Amino acid sequence: MSELQPPGLLAVAWLIARKDLAIEYRTRSAFFSSLVFSLLGVSIFYMVWDPTAVRPIDMAPGVLWTIFAFAGMLGLHRTFGLELQTRAMDGLLLAPVPREAIFLGKALANLVYVSSVLAITIPAVVLFYNLEFGSGLLILGGIGVLAAVGLVTVGTLFSSMTVHTRFAELLLPMLALPFFIPVVVPAAQASAKLLVGAELQTVMPWIQVLVAFDLMFGVACVLAFPFTIED
Amino acid sequence: MSSLRAAEVDAPAQKAVAVCETVALVRRFGRRRAVAGVDLSIAAGECLALFGPNGAGKTTLLRLLAGLLRPTSGEVRLLGKALTSAATAERGRVGLISHQSMLYDVLTVRENIAFAAQLHGVSDVPAATGAAIARLGLQGRELTPVRALSRGWQQRVSIARAIVHGPALVLLDEPYTGLDISGARALTDLLRALRDDGASLALITHSVQEGLGLATHAAIMLEGTIRRHEAAAGLDPVAFAEDYRLLALESAA
Repeated sequence: MSELQPPGLLAVAWLIARKDLAIEYRTRSAFFSSLVFSLLGVSIFYMVWDPTAVRPIDMAPGVLWTIFAFAGMLGLHRTFGLELQTRAMDGLLLAPVPREAIFLGKALANLVYVSSVLAITIPAVVLFYNLEFGSGLLILGGIGVLAAVGLVTVGTLFSSMTVHTRFAELLLPMLALPFFIPVVVPAAQASAKLLVGAELQTVMPWIQVLVAFDLMFGVACVLAFPFTIED
Repeated sequence: MSSLRAAEVDAPAQKAVAVCETVALVRRFGRRRAVAGVDLSIAAGECLALFGPNGAGKTTLLRLLAGLLRPTSGEVRLLGKALTSAATAERGRVGLISHQSMLYDVLTVRENIAFAAQLHGVSDVPAATGAAIARLGLQGRELTPVRALSRGWQQRVSIARAIVHGPALVLLDEPYTGLDISGARALTDLLRALRDDGASLALITHSVQEGLGLATHAAIMLEGTIRRHEAAAGLDPVAFAEDYRLLALESAA
């Protein structure tokens, strides 16, 4: 029998994330449902939009980040759902690994998935509303990553809390969406400023809000996670 | 409180260090006591076959032994250390085979087993995975997604996943479910080999014949307590099955 050397926190997180991404790559269920939802959402908002009443730069940021929050939600429920189908979660809990590593692995996989959806949604919004970000597009990408980190940390924790409940699909958005507001509002505000050609310094306060949220909730969610899986 | 001290039954085992011990173990679900005070000790190389009707508390006891449930009171000790949520290394010495496969359906046989090996920190993952695959007769199916396998083959994969890291304590909750004759025979041979290699086994089964064929000790659990416990050597399976039936009837009444 081989020697046992339990892997470290980050190694376990990567193992779990890689496994989740392999499952998502083969099924593509969460990614495609979120992507279709995003593109349909952008299209519907575009169709009901009256360009003579509302300027695109006033409309687009709200559309982008609202769709981002709801599309992200679609995949978050699946995070722990796939562990429950055959009680595979028991296998994770029996492994000699810190519980926090399970959270980090799940959050990392969610981050890749949410960022991928966002990477397609941003160009869709830019195209539909004929926006010109210029060099601000890179900053918008950075804001997207920060917003995605905030969304997945909170969403992964709430997914873990609600997955065992009868109304998980209802409870998850009810619990998580209020916590997404501090993510969506600064992201939308920063995007709006970028659209009018503002410099990085102008949007920096909103970016700082996102960074503060990510740090605060990142630490809090990692610490709280073990309590959500105790039976 | 029931008392189950397998190690006290015969002298050689008494000297052996208990791999798994419970002390006044209680687990409640609301007002119901699923496990109602169990003292248990299983030494290395022992196999405890646990019989009991549905709802007797057997699965709850096994989940407590695995550290997947927190006791309401009492304690589980694994290799001499209390099995708490912080006892990370101790938890890793347990292998669990439950009603459900605990496998990822879209991953292949090899991927599922290798993932478990990696999580447990097995140093040579390909070798350990290959050995587990060979031991369960899964050669030729390594690259098959688990969802494409029959229930019996999935059960074999589940067992391979549970033993790939060489656990000191193997907990089996009705492991024969879904296995055909050859699968059941392979499982019995495997469990006997594990036991002979020094692993401790706790086996829940409804088949007295299979349980006693493998066990060094047998116990009957009713209403969360151990009602009968003895060394399996010399036990008459027919008489034991009849006692089990009568105890279950008495309990149901």
